[in-house]
Amino acid sequence: MNLHSILSILVFSPLAGIVVLAFVPKQAEKICKLVGVLFTLPALFLSLAIYFHYLAGKNLADFSVTHSWIQFRGFNVQEPVFSVAYELGINGFQLLLVVLTAVVATLSAIGAVRFVKKEWKGYFMLFLLLETGMLGVFTAENLILFFIFFEVTLIPTFFLIGKWGYFEKEKAAFSFLLYNGFGSAILLIVIMILFAKTGTTNIEMLRKIVADPSDPISGSLKLGLLISLLIAFGVKLPIFPLHSWMLRVHVQAPPSVVMIHSGILLKIGAYGLIRFGMGIFPEQFKMLATLIAVLGVMNLLCGAFLAFIQTDFKMVLAYSSISHMGIVLMGMAAMNQTGVQGAIFQVISHGLISALLFFIVGVLYERTDTSFIENLGGLAKGMPLAAGFLLAAGMASLGLPGMSGFVSEFMAFMGLFKTLPWLAAVGTIGIIMTAAYVLRAVLGMTFGQAHREFTGVFDLKGVEFIPVLVLVLLIVLIGVFPSVLSSPLHSALETILVGLGG
Amino acid sequence: MSAENFLSINWSIMTPEFIILGVAALLIVFDLFMPKTLGRTILGWIGIAAIFAALMSVASMAGGPAQSILSNTFRIDGFSIAFNMLLLLGAALVMFIAVSYEAKDGLEKYQGEFYYLFLIAVSGGMLMTSSGDLVTLYIGLELLSVTSYIMAGMRKDHVQSNESAMKYVINGGISTAIILFGMSYAYGLTGTTNLLDIAQKLSTLSDANQAYLLGLAFLMLLVGLSFKLAAAPFHMWAPDVYQGAPTPVTAFLGVVSKTAGFVIVIRILLTVFGAAVTNGPGSAPIIINMQNYLAVIAGATMMIGNVVALRQTDIKRMFAYSSIAHAGYLLVALTTLSANMFYSIWFYLLAYLFMNLGAFAIIQVVTEKAGSTKITEFAGLYRRSPVLAVSMGILLISLAGFPGTAGFIGKLNIFIGAFYGTSHYLLAAIMIATTVVSYFYYFGVMTQMFFRPVADKSKLDIPFGIVIVLLVAVAGSILFGVAPNIAFNFMQNNLDIIGQFFK
Repeated sequence: MNLHSILSILVFSPLAGIVVLAFVPKQAEKICKLVGVLFTLPALFLSLAIYFHYLAGKNLADFSVTHSWIQFRGFNVQEPVFSVAYELGINGFQLLLVVLTAVVATLSAIGAVRFVKKEWKGYFMLFLLLETGMLGVFTAENLILFFIFFEVTLIPTFFLIGKWGYFEKEKAAFSFLLYNGFGSAILLIVIMILFAKTGTTNIEMLRKIVADPSDPISGSLKLGLLISLLIAFGVKLPIFPLHSWMLRVHVQAPPSVVMIHSGILLKIGAYGLIRFGMGIFPEQFKMLATLIAVLGVMNLLCGAFLAFIQTDFKMVLAYSSISHMGIVLMGMAAMNQTGVQGAIFQVISHGLISALLFFIVGVLYERTDTSFIENLGGLAKGMPLAAGFLLAAGMASLGLPGMSGFVSEFMAFMGLFKTLPWLAAVGTIGIIMTAAYVLRAVLGMTFGQAHREFTGVFDLKGVEFIPVLVLVLLIVLIGVFPSVLSSPLHSALETILVGLGG
Repeated sequence: MSAENFLSINWSIMTPEFIILGVAALLIVFDLFMPKTLGRTILGWIGIAAIFAALMSVASMAGGPAQSILSNTFRIDGFSIAFNMLLLLGAALVMFIAVSYEAKDGLEKYQGEFYYLFLIAVSGGMLMTSSGDLVTLYIGLELLSVTSYIMAGMRKDHVQSNESAMKYVINGGISTAIILFGMSYAYGLTGTTNLLDIAQKLSTLSDANQAYLLGLAFLMLLVGLSFKLAAAPFHMWAPDVYQGAPTPVTAFLGVVSKTAGFVIVIRILLTVFGAAVTNGPGSAPIIINMQNYLAVIAGATMMIGNVVALRQTDIKRMFAYSSIAHAGYLLVALTTLSANMFYSIWFYLLAYLFMNLGAFAIIQVVTEKAGSTKITEFAGLYRRSPVLAVSMGILLISLAGFPGTAGFIGKLNIFIGAFYGTSHYLLAAIMIATTVVSYFYYFGVMTQMFFRPVADKSKLDIPFGIVIVLLVAVAGSILFGVAPNIAFNFMQNNLDIIGQFFK
């Protein structure tokens, strides 16, 4: 197979599933589910193939592909034509996120087999469109293409939340749409300013143009653009005052969608900040580093404190996501190799952990119709396997050594201690709080006082073991052999750090 | 004029107009002599054939040099070909909607009349597009307006339709008068009605008092034309007229008439005020001095259109405000006066044509069946007719400007213009912020269609004409969203708009 076409096939393979599903009758529940799961597999295999290809020492640049696509015409002849190419590419950082996306998407599709109770055809069609959007986001090599895929994720997510969610699903869907629409609107302004001023949206070219001292953009405009990016991706991540939409989505969306949402979609915010914010505007990023670190610590602490007082386990997890994204911001703000690597590790690690936690929540909700900690007390007796995995996921979340959470938090903090020790010191309170709220919630469920009989309730069974086992395995693998992540990241980090001058 | 002179005129460049007018005349005769028992729909199909013939004829002129006849009052240049194609394409789709419209409320007796009035309105729009003179522009405008007034009120037993026609006549009449008054200044200062002659005379203007008078003329024209475009604060007539008029007429007003409105705005404002200088040759043209007024109107139009649309419970009123908002986006392109202005306006109008006409086709099917134009009539449409619901979904996504659709590329074009050269940050920010606001009402319709339970379980039949409109609209929205280069290349290679516009 031609290496250049692999990325396109990878990104658009889920769309083939949509075409197939279009010919499946609505009532054929089993076929719909089967097709839905099957068509997440090509992307999974291809992304793993690229990963092992890379480990075997091949060059990732071989996979990049460029075609001319749109030329915006109409300017005077002597001026350049504004063109946007279709260009996909992959570096180590992108590769990790693509693999993460493919893995979580397949597992979420398996989850959906259990959790989705109606209109499977529509669900899987939207789901596969969402997968294409996510894969495209992480492989796009220019900002317009990135933006297009970014928006492509919005629409299916809106419908997935609004149609298959819980009681207040429509409200959650609208608040998702409006907050993210607002964020992407700001992003679009940034992209168009860069496009109109420099004539390109290619990320590499922009990096070079902006680094060039004679570039056409003034310093204050660059700072403005970076702040806009921070707000745009801050909505997605989410950064503290912009987070309320994400709580609603976590609580109201169906668990299989939350696996994707918490596992991948939030990570687009971190990806954007690292690749575009830090990558294109390193000078300005330095100026804002302290602010970003403060925001990170705020996220970490506020998320942790608020998670501590929640009664709904989903809300605990939602605040825990905010708290963990704080660590990503702190790692970024460190602006050194350890810190940025920690931030990226945290992105991957949290993607896996939150997918696992939400899968288990989905299982619990399916059996017991509740996700309140109090009502789930005594889980260890009723559903020992589920309770065991929940405990494992909880441990990973609070950063137990030997699991992925520990490695990433350790590195992010180490990075920040080098540059802003006083902030990092304040941040450590967050680590303690994390342990506190995770243990309170998890132990409250597994060993807490039983308020109900778990009679007639199944434990984990059948296909449900696949996501749980795969995710636990990956979490432990990263915890024990962090080099599975750090070796692909090496060269990608170098590029970013060169820009930072360190 | 002697016969020889008359024949020496190159009438062939008016072929498209002759086709439309000729068939309109034929339809009048047919309608008169056809037995009353026969259905008039066939006349509509003849009209469609005529529009397609005219479209072919216009398209065959693409790539040629600029030509003009009748002492430069009628001209064919890249601009007129490009926008005539839009008008005719829009007209053809509206006609398909019209032949699928089941006449009632007093329209039955006048169905034939409806089709030929429609053709005459289209010919008015085409005349505006191709005119090089204030007088022909004005005649074209009146031809279009007067027929539109009649069509809006054609449901004679329907109170709202009558109200809508009445409001339209009064508002339209006032605005036309204001336009004419503005034109008279330009004539008074130059002694000619020919646009290019006016432009040439004004390009050496150095008298500050005359520049002041021209500034007044500009404002007068701007106010009058803003009425026609339904731009804020002169938009109040639009929701009432859109709601009361029969759906095909609403579609016509919302798309074809609006396209014609932009044509006249560009022709007059750009030719006359783009050339008229403020202080001696080489100084800034009046249109640059007046940019702020345009910007205020554009900003206000986007804000009022999008915000008021949020509160609508009637789908046609909602689309009226939505079309006001879209006029605002188009005015942004006009305000920024960037080099890609023609292309971005043309492309946006093309995208707008597809998404709006498709949406109106669906609105007609749903509301006619339900007998009401409430947005709640769309509840559970996905269950009743998945095809209609998914098509509407795609068109709404295009209207909201999401990527993958023509609406997105259209907005992108306008944005590049807004940031290219002088950056219009505020205007762009308003445009994008109001776009986000628009998600709310467009997705509100989605909520009805996909999430809400169905009230009326009966199936919807989709007439043949509507099927065609939907196919074209949905395919066009996606095609020009994924491969906009098709349209850009066509423009670039065949139509030298900028080169021919000022010559």
